[in-house]
Amino acid sequence: MSPGPNILALRARRLRRDRLFVLVCVASAFASLLILGLLLASIIAKGMTHLDLSFLTSAPSRRPSDAGIYPALWGSIWVCMVCALTAVPLGVGTAILLEEFKPRGRWLSRAHGFVQLNITNLAGVPSIVYGILGLTAFVNMFGLLGHPNDPAWELGTPGNWYYLRLPLGRSVLAGGLTLMLVVLPVVIISAQEALRAVPNSLRQGALALGSTRWQVVRRMTLPAAVPGIMTGTILAMSRAIGEAAPVLVIAGIVYITFTPEHLMDDFTVMPLQIFNWAQRPQEEFYRVAATGILVLLALLLTFNAVAVFIRYRFQRPLS
Amino acid sequence: MTGPLATMPSSMPTTRPITPHRLAEPGHAPAEDLAILIDGFSSWYGELQALRDLTLRIPAQRVTAFIGPSGCGKSTLLRWINRMNDLVPGARAEGALKLHDWDLLDKRADVVELRMRVGMVFQKPNPFPKSIYENIAFGPRLHRRLRRRELDELVEQSLRQAALWDEVKDRLRQSALGLSGGQQQRLCIARALAVGPEVLLMDEPCSALDPKSTARVEELIAELRQRYTIVIVTHNMQQAARVSDYTAFLFQGELIEHGPTDRIFMKPDKQQTEDYIRGRFG
Repeated sequence: MSPGPNILALRARRLRRDRLFVLVCVASAFASLLILGLLLASIIAKGMTHLDLSFLTSAPSRRPSDAGIYPALWGSIWVCMVCALTAVPLGVGTAILLEEFKPRGRWLSRAHGFVQLNITNLAGVPSIVYGILGLTAFVNMFGLLGHPNDPAWELGTPGNWYYLRLPLGRSVLAGGLTLMLVVLPVVIISAQEALRAVPNSLRQGALALGSTRWQVVRRMTLPAAVPGIMTGTILAMSRAIGEAAPVLVIAGIVYITFTPEHLMDDFTVMPLQIFNWAQRPQEEFYRVAATGILVLLALLLTFNAVAVFIRYRFQRPLS
Repeated sequence: MTGPLATMPSSMPTTRPITPHRLAEPGHAPAEDLAILIDGFSSWYGELQALRDLTLRIPAQRVTAFIGPSGCGKSTLLRWINRMNDLVPGARAEGALKLHDWDLLDKRADVVELRMRVGMVFQKPNPFPKSIYENIAFGPRLHRRLRRRELDELVEQSLRQAALWDEVKDRLRQSALGLSGGQQQRLCIARALAVGPEVLLMDEPCSALDPKSTARVEELIAELRQRYTIVIVTHNMQQAARVSDYTAFLFQGELIEHGPTDRIFMKPDKQQTEDYIRGRFG
């Protein structure tokens, strides 16, 4: 029996709709690509004029032609190191506790669920809030240890590379720890996902051979999860390096022409330096800001590329 | 392969002459031959009772098969013997479960020590995502520091015991995930043996394997029974008949019948056992 005209019309309409739908999807994908392209093009057009080696190696200056990003670049690197060195052990440790040492008792499992819920919520907290927390907890230490200019405890003098003081003041260490707060939930969650991707049959296999829980983590789940953890951590670090708000609260808008020499030094970071340039009245400084953005973007793209590389190079099938 | 009849009582100790049938009956196994004692054993998952008042003696250096329909509790019982049920939230047990004189349900019992002495092979082969060599070396390295040469020897010896050596000796450094399913399962057996257990628990070890690989694993079990106490859970009645010396039939969490495999299969005491074995249910 051949289909009636009605059915044929219906079929044609369905096919039209199908094509239309694909078209809409393609259009929206291209729209976001277009926006990205425009953004990059305008920044490159503005920023290329100042982009040369001396921009990377000189300090900011009153003259736009002399301005460079050197101190901010090093400030970002210092802060990012502090952030990575604190966020990774704390984050991975928390993830291991949450994934590998799930308690069996009723109250403990409730506490476990509560911690988990809080971490998920913390990932959504605006970063400026962490900035305020960092200001209170790290810069001023709740005012319990005196004023940063008159610290309650000191190790060495500002001339020593190992100089430390409490409270931390507006220092590299305070900035790095604050960014640690910002990225910690992201690190924890990505490490948890990496651990969760390790099949349970491997844990059971290791336990059945007489592993302690620590040996299971050390020899089975953690090695299997390392590529995933590293990918998540690098992406978290690229977020940290691009954050302006929390660092602004900690460091303030300062004119800094030197690189940090110890953890208690004043500092600035690239997003702050860009912000600083962008708010100047002289038009020429907008171009300098655009150049700064190019450097920042290049750094972020490198981070992401490394993350993608690790994912493809080291992630192996687990079962 | 030797049939169950041939394996029966010739090697029994002579101090106390007993008939093969009596050996299997609760309360009559000679102490030196008893490996695992299960007495008045019950277990629960939360509110759900999985096992009800089981009493069973598992003799040493014999193959004991647990048979029964799905959900009868045979895997649960197996996983109590090396305390893998510790991982299951809400799992608990009462009664006696002993390896020789060692109370396995004691909260202070060292499960690491227990799992060294009681190895386990899982239903689905679970090779680690490491090389073949590293898979075998994983267990021994947990417990002892070994010289390179000792470890090499142990790996070879374990793979030989699991009848896998000739197939893999030229690719020990390659990933174990590249092996076939049957080879992976024999690798898992070798991995368990490398720790030096006295008991080997096998939880439906052939259910994920093709018939040829199954035959190889069954041959292997027949060889290993000389040296190890083997407890095997199986869905496959023919398999139980082929590989085991003793069979325990569980149904709905209760032990219906336990005895020498031949008797259970030829002349079971209970109607339920007979019905299950003849395929009338389950």
